Amino acid sequence: MIPAKFDYKPAQSKEEALSLLAEYGDDAKLLAGGHSLLPLMKLRLATPEVVVDIGSVDDLSYITDKGDVIAIGALTKHRQVEQSDILKEHVPLLAHSASHVGDPQVRNRGTIGGSLCHGDPASDLPAAILATRATLVISGPSGDRTVTSDDFFTDFWETEVKEDELLTEILIPKCTGEKWGFQKFNRRAQDWAIVGCAVQGGDNPGIGMVNMGSTPVRAAEAENALRSGSSSEEVAELADSGLTPPTDIHGNESYRRHLAKILVQRALDN
Amino acid sequence: MNYPTSMTINGTNYAKSVDPRTLLVHFIREECGLTGTHVGCDTSNCGACTVLLDGDAVKSCTVLAVQANNHQVTTVEGLASENGAFSPVQEGFRQEHGLQCGYCTPGMLMAATALLKEIPKPTEEEIRQNLEGNLCRCTGYEMIVRSVQWAADNPDGVPVAIGENS
Repeated sequence: MIPAKFDYKPAQSKEEALSLLAEYGDDAKLLAGGHSLLPLMKLRLATPEVVVDIGSVDDLSYITDKGDVIAIGALTKHRQVEQSDILKEHVPLLAHSASHVGDPQVRNRGTIGGSLCHGDPASDLPAAILATRATLVISGPSGDRTVTSDDFFTDFWETEVKEDELLTEILIPKCTGEKWGFQKFNRRAQDWAIVGCAVQGGDNPGIGMVNMGSTPVRAAEAENALRSGSSSEEVAELADSGLTPPTDIHGNESYRRHLAKILVQRALDN
Repeated sequence: MNYPTSMTINGTNYAKSVDPRTLLVHFIREECGLTGTHVGCDTSNCGACTVLLDGDAVKSCTVLAVQANNHQVTTVEGLASENGAFSPVQEGFRQEHGLQCGYCTPGMLMAATALLKEIPKPTEEEIRQNLEGNLCRCTGYEMIVRSVQWAADNPDGVPVAIGENS
C-alpha cells in the first residue's frame, strides 16, 4: 500500500512549519512520527496534497518540571514519555498509559502530540490527558493559546487545532503520590482497546474513557461519585452513565457499557 | 516531485532521488537492493519489516524514506561481522532453532538486537513484551524466546560454521 502523491515539505522549526501551514492551508497535513497519519494515507483515507514534516524540530521534544506542572513537548515520543523519571514520579498515569500504546516499534516513532491531534476515541493517551486534566498549548499565526483537555477533542478524529495551527506543548498538573489506575481490554497484544480507562485520584479526580463515544470522553458522573467519596462499586456503576459507546465488530454498545464498569472498578481497586 | 534522499545503511551511504511517498522498506529493498528486510502485513502490525533507525527498532513500512533522510539505518544484512560471523542474536536463533519458515526472522532479529542493547539480561517477560510487535505464525514463540535468552547468555556469540555444530 502506497500513499497517494503529495509534495514533501520538511520544516526545521515551529516558525517554518506555521509559515508552510499558512501557505498551504487545508491542503497540508503535519507529519510528526507518522504512526497515525501514514496508516491513513496508505489506506487513502487521508490524501493531503502537501505533507509538512516536523519530525526534525528538536526543540519540541522535552519533558520539563515547571513546579506545579510538567511540560511535555508535542514531539516527545511515546518511548520517552514511558521511560521518563519525571513523569514516573509526578504523573505516573501518563507514563504507564504511554507504555500501553501499540508496541515498542510504534512507541519509538509515535509522538504524544501526534496521537492527541489524531483525536481518535480508541487511543490510550487522550484518556490519560483527560484524567490528568491537562492543558494544551496551540501555536498559530497570532501566537500561542491554551485549551483545556475538555475542550480539545471536538468530534470524531477532530480537535481544536485549526488548519493553520500546531500543537506545541502539553501541561499536566503534578499528581505526585495520588492513586491512579489504567485498564485496557483488547483481544490481541498491540490492538486498540475495545474499551479502556485512565483514572486519576486526588481532590479533583479524573476518569478518561477509551472507545466509549465518538471522541475521547470523560466519565463525569463517575468522577463526581469518586470526588464525593463513594465506594469503587458505586463509582464503577456510573462509568458508562451519560456516554454513548459505539457498536462495531469488536463489541456492541451494551458489551462496552459492561466493560466500562468492570475496567473502572479494576482501575480503582488495583 | 522527487526529493533527494540520502541515508547510511549498514555503514554505506545511499543517495537517491525518490518520490516522497516511497516507504523506507521499499527504499531499502528496491532502491538499495537489500532484500533481507521483508514486507509482511504492510500495516505496522507484524514487524517483519523492522529495522534500526538511529539504533531504535522501527517498522519500515510505516516510515517514509524521506523521514530517514540524513539518518542511520541498520538492516539484517548489517548484523553479521565482515568476516561473516553471526551476531549473538543470529547465532542464538541458529542454536535454539528460533525459526521455521523464516519470514518473520529478519524483523525478530532486529527487534531482539534492539532489546539486548537496552536490556542486556532481560527476563522472559521482558523478552515477550519487547517482541510483542513481531508476529510469528510458525514457532509459537517458545523457540524465539529461548534464542534471545541464548544471545543474552552469550554476548560474544559462538561462531560455529554450518555442519560443525556439536
